[in-house]
Amino acid sequence: MNEHASITIRGKDRYKSGVMEYKKMGYWEPDYVPKDTDIIALFRVTPQDGVDPIEASAAVAGESSTATWTVVWTDRLTAAEKYRAKCFRVDPVPNSPGQYFAYIAYDLDLFENGSIANLSASIIGNVFGFKPLKALRLEDMRLPVAYVKTFQGPATGIVVERERMDKFGRPLLGATVKPKLGLSGRNYGRVVYEALKGGLDFTKDDENINSQPFMHWRERFLYCMEAVNKAQAASGEIKGTYLNVTAGTMEDMYERAEFAKQLGSVIIMIDLVIGYTAIQSMAKWARKNDMILHLHRAGHSTYTRQRNHGVSFRVIAKWMRLAGVDHIHAGTVVGKLEGDPATTRGYYDICREDYNPMRLEHGVFFEQNWASLNKMMPVASGGIHAGQMHQLLDHLGEDVILQFGGGTIGHPMGIQAGATANRVALEAMILARNEGRDYLHEGEEILAKAAMTCTPLKAALETWKNVTFNYESTDMPDYAPTASVSL
Amino acid sequence: MRITQGCFSFLPDLTDEQISKQVQYCLANGWAVNIEFTDDPHPRNNFWEMWGLPMFDLRDAAGVLMELTECRKVYGDRYIRLSAFDSSHGWESVRLSFIVNRPKEEPGFRLERHEVEGRNIRYTTKSYAVDRPEGQRYGGS
Repeated sequence: MNEHASITIRGKDRYKSGVMEYKKMGYWEPDYVPKDTDIIALFRVTPQDGVDPIEASAAVAGESSTATWTVVWTDRLTAAEKYRAKCFRVDPVPNSPGQYFAYIAYDLDLFENGSIANLSASIIGNVFGFKPLKALRLEDMRLPVAYVKTFQGPATGIVVERERMDKFGRPLLGATVKPKLGLSGRNYGRVVYEALKGGLDFTKDDENINSQPFMHWRERFLYCMEAVNKAQAASGEIKGTYLNVTAGTMEDMYERAEFAKQLGSVIIMIDLVIGYTAIQSMAKWARKNDMILHLHRAGHSTYTRQRNHGVSFRVIAKWMRLAGVDHIHAGTVVGKLEGDPATTRGYYDICREDYNPMRLEHGVFFEQNWASLNKMMPVASGGIHAGQMHQLLDHLGEDVILQFGGGTIGHPMGIQAGATANRVALEAMILARNEGRDYLHEGEEILAKAAMTCTPLKAALETWKNVTFNYESTDMPDYAPTASVSL
Repeated sequence: MRITQGCFSFLPDLTDEQISKQVQYCLANGWAVNIEFTDDPHPRNNFWEMWGLPMFDLRDAAGVLMELTECRKVYGDRYIRLSAFDSSHGWESVRLSFIVNRPKEEPGFRLERHEVEGRNIRYTTKSYAVDRPEGQRYGGS
């Protein structure tokens, strides 16, 4: 596939007025060896019929860096060759005719320090509507340490969050208050109290709970903090509720965050739809005010879900770790929302590891060094219940927040019982895992035994015993692991 | 009430055999296990008293269980917990922590509400037990 010699036109012919193919303008450099300080982006390019994939990929490099549709003499006033993004490799996508992986390197000087807005304005700013392409997807990015170090990173991080919450050795438990819309502040606080007293660590506002006619934000905050403090005294444990401060303006968000702080909340929440700059501002505020910052990835599926067009969630996860949130929803594998196990594993590694090796079978295309940036706690939420505890622990590991909304509030014996069922199931599974048992295969047995001394767990297992969500994923890795033969 | 701090408080109290398996898990991971005790179990009381130093370089859980037995002899009327410390880069904190001893009676906490301007309330969690002097809080030695 690769034309291994550069076909770049050099010298004064390069700057003759008129239109020139991108691959001849210096945006296709197959000999280029990326520098350690380069940002590398991997795009899935689907050219229009008849368009040369190399030219299409060079065009993506051009349009996401210095190029416009025609030659301009003003290039000659700059160090143009440095600023041109360089596509250095184009591979056909396995088993996907008409699609190509294009690797593009960008010089670090193309980007402003510590700004996701600037990074994304370049990389996804213009190119996604480019006519010669049928579709385009940003699959992954390699962020050089030199760039990573210009970001604050997660305000709190997994380790400090655990220290503050005094919770070690097990996933944290949460629940989203349901119904998500319509409860008054007082009724809403009731759900929070019951769930926390029953044994959850956190409760959560949903993404679209802001300040509506049925419940204005101050009502919600006041009743929720009464519930948190009451549950804390009743259990002797630290509790929290993610107070969603998402609002129409930064001024409103700061006002809500300040009120949450004044009331003694340990955590606030924002939605992805507030935008990258607002997220970074709230992350700075959270660091300054000792607040854990929860991010709900509201809206992401509009651009992350389809395999041929948009931005992969693994890129969003990387950007959010740079931007500085502490929690991010990253999939459940077994629940009601999109996510195959291997791809989800890739997201979780991006959130939690200090170093990610390249793992094509998890959809991770680049090694990534996080340079001791804080770790982000992934959140698994949506259609999960106590009966899946062994699978959840196996897929998602220990540093994760398991959120059982319906699986807590929908319990036949009430919310407290629902929370207790989840907590008992979790502790029993961790105990068994640490004892060295094959908890994945003995999971049902372990839960059944724990249920013998816990009626709420027994009822939960009975209620949801056959609930699974088995649908085919729309997004999965392009590479399958193959057994290697050792000689 | 039953204080539910630590990793296994929602399960029936662990037997020494169960505790031993958890300790062995920690040691196998290279973590140092520490015994701590308190009669002030406020949720934000991070620093329980240490029963000696964390047991670095230990291979066998029996060593921890021996120390725990000694600690229970002296402070059996208080809360005792085991904590495992992981010194590896990027963590450098506790990995597992769970209660292994409780007072017979756990009076729990009251929530004090200090009503201030508007509808704001300042909350304070107070342990009933700490109204008495240290050492006499759970009717013991």
